[in-house]
Amino acid sequence: MSASFFSSLEEFRKGRDEGAFSIEESVRHYLDRIESHNPSLGAYLTVNPNAVNRARQLDNRKARNPAQSPFYGYPVALKDNLHAIGLPTTCSSAMLANFRPVENATVVDRLLKAGAIVLGKTNMDEFAMGSSTENSAMGPTKNPWDPARVPGGSSGGSAVAVAAGLAPMSLGSDTGGSIRQPAAFCGVLGLKPTYGRVSRYGLVAFSSSLDQIGPFSFSAADALALTVLVSGPDGKDMTVSSRDPVEMERDFAMGTRGLTVGMPEEFFGEGLDGAIAASLERARAVWESEGIVFKPVRLPSAKYGINVYYLIATSEAASNLSRYDGVRYGLRSLSVPDLKALYENTRREGFGPEVKRRILLGTFALSAGYQDQYYRRAQQVQALIREEFDRAFHEVDLIFAPTTPTPPFRFGEKVADPLSMYLSDIYTISANLAGLPALSAPSYPTPSGLPAGAQLIGPAWSEGKLLRMAQVLERAVGTKRPPDLFSKKGETAA
Amino acid sequence: MSPSFEMVVGLEVHSQLLTHAKLFCGCENRFGAPPNTLTCPVCLGHPGVLPVLNEAAVRLGIRLGLSLGCTIHHRSVFDRKHYFYPDLPKGYQISQFTYPLLTGGAIPVRSGPEVRDIRLHRIHMEEDAGKNLHAGIRDASHVDLNRAGVPLLEIVSEPDIRTPEEAVDYLKKLRQILRSTGVSDGNMEEGSFRCDANVSLRPIGSSTFGTKVEIKNMNSFRFVHKALVFEVERQSELLERGERVVSETRLFDSHTGRTLPMRSKEEALDYRYFPEPDIPPLVLDPEWIEKEKASLPELPQERILRISREFGIGEAEAEILVVEEELARYLDEAREALRGHSEKGGWPLEKGVARLVNFLLTEVLREWNRKGVQVLGDSLSSAEIAHLLALVTEERLSLSQAKDVYAIAVESGKSPRKVIEERNLSQESGEETIGRWIVEVLAENPSEVQSYRDGKDRLFGFLVGQVMKKSGGKANPQKLNHLLKEALGR
Repeated sequence: MSASFFSSLEEFRKGRDEGAFSIEESVRHYLDRIESHNPSLGAYLTVNPNAVNRARQLDNRKARNPAQSPFYGYPVALKDNLHAIGLPTTCSSAMLANFRPVENATVVDRLLKAGAIVLGKTNMDEFAMGSSTENSAMGPTKNPWDPARVPGGSSGGSAVAVAAGLAPMSLGSDTGGSIRQPAAFCGVLGLKPTYGRVSRYGLVAFSSSLDQIGPFSFSAADALALTVLVSGPDGKDMTVSSRDPVEMERDFAMGTRGLTVGMPEEFFGEGLDGAIAASLERARAVWESEGIVFKPVRLPSAKYGINVYYLIATSEAASNLSRYDGVRYGLRSLSVPDLKALYENTRREGFGPEVKRRILLGTFALSAGYQDQYYRRAQQVQALIREEFDRAFHEVDLIFAPTTPTPPFRFGEKVADPLSMYLSDIYTISANLAGLPALSAPSYPTPSGLPAGAQLIGPAWSEGKLLRMAQVLERAVGTKRPPDLFSKKGETAA
Repeated sequence: MSPSFEMVVGLEVHSQLLTHAKLFCGCENRFGAPPNTLTCPVCLGHPGVLPVLNEAAVRLGIRLGLSLGCTIHHRSVFDRKHYFYPDLPKGYQISQFTYPLLTGGAIPVRSGPEVRDIRLHRIHMEEDAGKNLHAGIRDASHVDLNRAGVPLLEIVSEPDIRTPEEAVDYLKKLRQILRSTGVSDGNMEEGSFRCDANVSLRPIGSSTFGTKVEIKNMNSFRFVHKALVFEVERQSELLERGERVVSETRLFDSHTGRTLPMRSKEEALDYRYFPEPDIPPLVLDPEWIEKEKASLPELPQERILRISREFGIGEAEAEILVVEEELARYLDEAREALRGHSEKGGWPLEKGVARLVNFLLTEVLREWNRKGVQVLGDSLSSAEIAHLLALVTEERLSLSQAKDVYAIAVESGKSPRKVIEERNLSQESGEETIGRWIVEVLAENPSEVQSYRDGKDRLFGFLVGQVMKKSGGKANPQKLNHLLKEALGR
């Protein structure tokens, strides 16, 4: 069985409309692959039991009315912090193991309205806190390129689902790199849109001022289509911009020749793995051959990104996670002699160690007497980082950087050392702090055959331009799928 | 209180707003629904939900700011205030901390014979919490989240209040403004108008503040007065004994009239305020503020001046009439109704209005104090009261008859018109009729008439009584006096 039933959204639309396959056949293909591969990969936590039914309904309706949207009948996977009615939203936490949402996330509403089919919900670091999906209370997700290695995180499940052909596209969320880093580790494209491009309604909040929902795909064109579909004003999220998402399509259609791209010295120096650096050098050569000009830029405050991030994100997280108190939904400890014990025992039993660590950090950063020193200071440095990007974008159109300092690491390698785990987001965090769009595109694999990601960061609302750049690289590198090692039926790659 | 101490009070009022929906979701903002029926994922604090600010609440905030002379900030910011309690679904309350919507402004308050301005520190927007229910439940507490997310304005005064009476007058004036502007119904029983007080003492003449104590749970004007009187005594006794006042929060117990410690300053919570990332800073279009200004109803202070001017009464009397929104409206409506009578009867409106104001200040106010808003109801509507006073003005009813009619109407629930009809009470002012009665009486009492003419003045009263008796009490007394004197030729 081939990993992919169709190679692009456009091919899906054509096959669907020309009757080359039914929507049900397409959905069954992915459900079969999930059944055979997921036990060893651990990408999905829940498979939608209603997917085939919906496919049949869509097939029937199509017989009467030709489909409107290219997404009509298109299967997608959702990170398990996005609400879809009928499926649990666990955030890979014991706290929400039994939680069933009563509303769809806005992005899910828009997918369903276009006729898309939710295949299931994917594994993640608990409450999106982590860079390896090892912080899931629901078990590990394996990197399809090497099962001894992590898929990255926190959207590890969504990245693996696409990389291993368990979904043609998926949605994740990115707070400090949680889409781009697993995309780089799994050899797929991952886009974090501009803050305010996509409604966060129905995304379980980690850090509200940094979170943004975005797609995983193999191609830039597909990522564009999915992003445009889920973007745009939403009466349920006051932080969404009124800008028309169609501008992304317009920018995507323009050429790349003559673009200037900045390479921040700070991102290509010490700490960057040699194999990644070599891969990115080849990527640069591709772009240069297409008439794109590279020049050095400075982002001197970016090195404080990790420090700033772990103050702001943890402060907001401690606040956002206050609602898990055992009173209204989710886990309630059975040992509750009094109100204080209800809170303490519920939260002790419901949260994993990394979540607890971040709640403590964030509570401390905001506490009386420390707020000026930590939270406010972090906000000041965040403002500096924004200013430096602004200045850089006066000189260059886009910024090119590594997505990760290293190729995917091994399970357990960084669990005991949270700081070294945090450092795996060192190149991705600045874009969140500055609210900018950024993507990771598959670059040339390392000599040992592991994926490497090329990161592009642009000024606000420049997703179309970023994806156009990614498409240039995509055409040179080609679509690389991992070896199909994981079928329990012993199938091999087609 | 020892005469050497001065009381220093600042008040914090939480006022619920008269919006249809809650502050951050579309749920209905209404009191008295069955528990948890006015809720949705947003006000229940479900994972993944986001607040959307209700513009109607902002509008009411702007209107209150305009009414109180506050600075309306074109940019204000919502913050999260964190604490754990079962009635607080998100584990934080969305409030405004560093950059409130309104600052400054003042409320003029009666202080003995004078009027003093009590300055306002700030007014900010926030959401209400739910309610924990304990009564009638064994081994459990229940939570009702209907109130969670209801819009509030917290109105914080400067510590300018010096007596319990000023405190009560401040609250009455504030409540009046909230009601007259349609910002709140100011209902204390239903909790839409709630008050906390910060109380401290200091030696008279001192310009620094003493240690303050916060008092909560005073849910009527009377309790506010009682609690402040008690607290001042308590603190002054401590200070006179050379002891210190402890900085703490105390609860007023309405059964004992005492305040009791609730939590000390050391136990005070660290709220970890920080800017609410889900709500962009609130930026107001100056045109919006101008529009609200143009459509603002008459403010109590303006109304006092107008009524004093238009009705020809003192400001103090005018204030009594407008301190309650309903009374003020009643007065205006009754005057309009009176205008119709004056045009028809061909007498100057001012003549009737003077009678109307006096009647309201005495008769109606007395019944209002006894029975409340019902005495302004259907059978005693402003049109009915205008009719009654028109009869007095036209001398078809004596003032004392009108008072009796009104009292009977209040007790029976019948309209004054009906009472007059049933009791056949109308005043006879016709000179011809009164003249006829006089002629008859003089003929029936020749010796008394002779004695009067001989100088026995007191017999005049006897003769008046006889004519009145003959008229069945209907004779217009002034007319009767006048005509009788004429007839007796003295």
